[in-house]
This record gives sequence, structure tokens and C-alpha cells, in this order.
Amino acid sequence: MAFGPYLLLATLEGLVTAAVLSLMALGLSLVFGVMRVVNVAHGEFYMLGAVLAWWFSTMLGGHPAVGFLLALVLSPLVVAAVAFVAERLVLSRLNYEPEATIVATIGLLYIIQQLALSFYGADARPVEAPFSYRIQLPWFGYSAYKLAVIAASALMMIGTWFVLTRTKIGLVMRATQYDRETAQAFGIPVGKVYAGVFALGAALAAFAAVLIVPIQQAHYLMGHDPLLLSFIVVIIGGLGSLRGTVVAAILIGLSDGIVSMFFSPTLAKMLATFLVAMVLVFRPQGLFGAAAR
Amino acid sequence: MISLLPRGKTLVLHIGIVLALLALNFILPEYHRGVFSRVLVLAVFAMGYNIAFGYTGLLSLGHAMFFAAGLYGAGLTIYHLDWGVWPAFAMGLAAGLALALLVGALALRTTGVAFMIVTLMFAQVFYLTTLYFTTYTRGEEGLVLRQQARVLAFPGGALDLSDPSTRYLVALTLFTLVLGAVLFLVRAPFGRSLVAIKENEERMRMLGYDVFANKLLSVALSGLVCAASGAAYAVLFGYVGSGFAAIQYSILPLLWVLLGGAATTLGPLIGTLLMFYVIDLASSHTTAHLLVVGLVLIGLILYFPKGIVGTIRERWAPWLP
Repeated sequence: MAFGPYLLLATLEGLVTAAVLSLMALGLSLVFGVMRVVNVAHGEFYMLGAVLAWWFSTMLGGHPAVGFLLALVLSPLVVAAVAFVAERLVLSRLNYEPEATIVATIGLLYIIQQLALSFYGADARPVEAPFSYRIQLPWFGYSAYKLAVIAASALMMIGTWFVLTRTKIGLVMRATQYDRETAQAFGIPVGKVYAGVFALGAALAAFAAVLIVPIQQAHYLMGHDPLLLSFIVVIIGGLGSLRGTVVAAILIGLSDGIVSMFFSPTLAKMLATFLVAMVLVFRPQGLFGAAAR
Repeated sequence: MISLLPRGKTLVLHIGIVLALLALNFILPEYHRGVFSRVLVLAVFAMGYNIAFGYTGLLSLGHAMFFAAGLYGAGLTIYHLDWGVWPAFAMGLAAGLALALLVGALALRTTGVAFMIVTLMFAQVFYLTTLYFTTYTRGEEGLVLRQQARVLAFPGGALDLSDPSTRYLVALTLFTLVLGAVLFLVRAPFGRSLVAIKENEERMRMLGYDVFANKLLSVALSGLVCAASGAAYAVLFGYVGSGFAAIQYSILPLLWVLLGGAATTLGPLIGTLLMFYVIDLASSHTTAHLLVVGLVLIGLILYFPKGIVGTIRERWAPWLP
């Protein structure tokens, strides 16, 4: 295969990564933006979404699309419920102090991971894609499902953007993010908003996971790498900025796809992590974010 | 005016604990003596972490890299260059100190959440580096140091560090030295200025203290102690693997210190010891020991944010250092 088609393939793969990553990072960024909570357990919500997707899709027989659609609807809902309960039981009682919540979410990470290992097992299990059509390009065939993932992610992002900027719910969320105390004084139930945002963030991660399981398998340790990558995305995009998150996800997804096709993946990860740490050291507001208030 | 050297109840308590630990060497059954040796070495790691987290208020999520720097600094020089234990141990200390100065100088430009993430990421880079140079480190599988290489040479003779009793006593010696140093530190003006920075950084800056320099020194000292623990681990237990650089080993000292009590001299030991036995007990009943770690973390932060020794100090014994 010549260099051009090779690069096209890497770009397509990178876009799939970017699609999943932007959804997940959006969840992380919302939670940080509104609640000022660094959710270390975010990767486990992603993993839980994938594991539940396997469970829902094998529960029903028949055409794979039926099970997949069921998983796509139910799995984010269940994960959102888990996150909601965790927020009410633990995070809300900690008064959202950044250090205490980080420790608590680390605890949550271990609990979810261990429960997945105990009940789901250490095996990686596949979920069948809802359709297996391949688009035949002149140089190689490409899975239509992967293109559908990119489209679904884009739709979801537009949906979230619409909710955030054009609806009452979004207005309440932004008001809480902007000034918690004033929002409360205006009668906004800040506690409920926080719980809702935390659940929404987890649901976004779960949705991303359901999209990815037909491509990667569901495994109890799968949350680790996406968590680091979405941290990277959120930081480069500027903590709490939606547009920055999308741009950074595409940037990171593409460069991850292209770099890991041509270089050793460990080296690529090493350099990426180091560069992002340096960005955070020298430009804490991110490449696209506004200066901290 | 408080004297720099501990006196009265404090001195009696700390000497008593060291003597009790010494006596345990002759009382404990073989298995538990092994556990205690490990706990003593890792309690040093926790004490090092406590200098940055407990006293200075710097919540780092990357201290595994300092432990691992000591571990690899000592382990690689013994394994590949056939160095003796003394120079290898010194190499471990030097590696940890250099890394801590470098990481501190960069990461301390940030504060709060950003500091946690930056330290996490630097530690991740370190971990990936140990995997990348797998030809030398053998990655997750790790290196096993030969027994003949783990001999502590003295002018008058030599100590075989793989012997259980010697190992315990050497671990206790290191622990006692570090405990003494920390006890001295918390009374020294430097230690007090660290606590003051934790309490109110702005006020310290206004009073004319160089906050950045003090924090950097705190991270350097913390890294040095953690590296001492890592280097001791390598020579005492003869195993060096990249698992010790993974994120879990950055979380564990935080857990130990929180459980025992942040900013207390004895908290790290109590926390490490208790956590070891909780996991030991849990894994004899269930394989789900991570669940226990998770539940303990959440329970602690919800109900005992001050830890065991911290709570004792608050309720009954305000003199505890």
C-alpha cells in the first residue's frame, strides 16, 4: 500500500478514536467545569458502560442490532444511575472539596473495577456490531460501522451542545458553573444540578463505551488509557470549555491514530503524556481556554 | 521556646515504639516477621509522602516515581554494573533526589488540582519509560537480584541482607533513622514554615518567606526519603519491577498516610501496618482486596478525614507530634 492510502487509513482510525474520546472527555469536562470535581473514576464509568453493553446485548437473541440498540439506550442509563447514587452518597457529603473528592473517586475506581472483575471476570468479550457492511474504497475496504460511530458521536455532541446552550436545563447548569452561591440564591437546587451533571458525565462515558465495544472488546481494565487520554484532551482544550474539548479530541485522536501507526505506541504515549504535562505547567488554562477567573 | 529535640512523653513514646519493634524481631513468627519487614520499609515511603502531603499540603499523585527511582537506581546498578550495596543505595538516593528536584521545579509552578494531574502525568511518563527500556528493566516481569549481590559490606565484616532477621533489623534501622529525622524536622523552623505554608500560603508570602523554595525543598526531601525506601526495598527483597512505578504505588502511600493520620510522625507506620493486615485478612476470605481498598478510602475520607493518629491527637493527646 502506498503512503497516501496508508495515511488515509490512519486518519480514519484516528477519527474513530477522536469520536469516542470527545464524548468521554466532554463528560469529564462537564463534571469538572460545573462541579470543580476531578473525577478519577470516569474511566470506570466507561468500562462499566462497555461491560453492561456486553451483558444487555447477550441477553437478547435474534439480530445483533436489537441487542446493540438495547445496550445503547439502557447501559448509559444504568451507569448514570450508579453515578447519581455515588454522588449523593459520597461526593455531596464531602462538600466538593477538590482533594477529598479526588480521594473518594479513587476509592470509587477501585470498587467498580473490583466488582467488574468479580462479576464479569478477567476475559475480554466482544459485542457484535449491529451491521457488518464494508465500504469498498479503491485501496482497502473500511467498516461502515466505524463511520457510523463517528456520525453517532457527532450527533451526540451536537445534542449536548444544544442542551447546554439552548435549553433551560443548560442555562441552570451554566449558572451553577458560573457562580454557585448566586445560583443558589436565585432558587436553583444546586445539589440536584450537581448530581444531574455527574450522572450526565458518566452517561456520556458509557455511551462512548457502547459505541466502541463492537470494535474493541469489553474488559475490566479498559478504562485506564481512555481516562488518561481524556484528561489530556480536557487539559489541552482548557478545563470546562466545550469547543476546546472537541478541537483537542480531534487533535489528540488524529495524532494518536497517525503516530501509533508509524511509531512504537509506548513511545508515543510517553511523549504525549510528557508534552501535556508541560502544557499544564506552562499554560495551566489550556491551549484554547481563557485565563482562570 | 520549644527545643529542637523531643523530650518527655514524646521521646518516651517514640523510643518505646522503636524498642517494641526491635523486640518483635525475636517474638514474631516467620511469616509475620516478613510482613513487618516489608511494612517498615514501606512505612518509610509513607513517611516521605507525608512530608509533602501531610506537612506541606501538597497532594501529589505521582510519588511512585520517587520510590521507583530509588528502586531502579539501586537495582539496575547492582544487576547490570555489579555495584556493591552501599554505592548502589547511594545511587538510588541520588536518582530520587535529582528526579524530585526536577519534577518539583516544574510541577510546583501549578497548584491544587493541576498539581495533582501534573504529578500523575510525570509519574506515568516514568512508568512508561521503565516499560520502554524493557531490555534493561524487563518491564512488568522485573529483575531478581542475586543473593550474593545483596551483601552489606562493613570494614569488620558483612551482612547478608537476604537473611530474615538481618533484613528486619536493617529495615528497622532505616525506619528509626527516618522517624528521628521527621521528629526533628517537625520541630525545626523549616518544618514549621512548611506547616504554615499549608495553613496559609498567602500570609507566608506576605511575611517574606520564599514559598516556592520551601515547597521545592519539601518535595526534594520527600522524594529523597521515598527513594531511600525504594532503594532499601530493592536490596532487601531483591526484586525490581515496573509494577512499583505504576499509579497504584502513588495511591497507596496516600491511603496509608490518610489512614494513619496526615501530618503525624507515627501515622504512616500505623496506616501502613493496618492496611497490610486488612488486605491480608481480606484476601484470605475473598479475592476482592481492591474492593476493601476502595471502601476504606471512601470510609476514611467521609468519616475520619484526620486518620487514626490524627483523631487520637484531636480528642485525647494534643501533645502528639
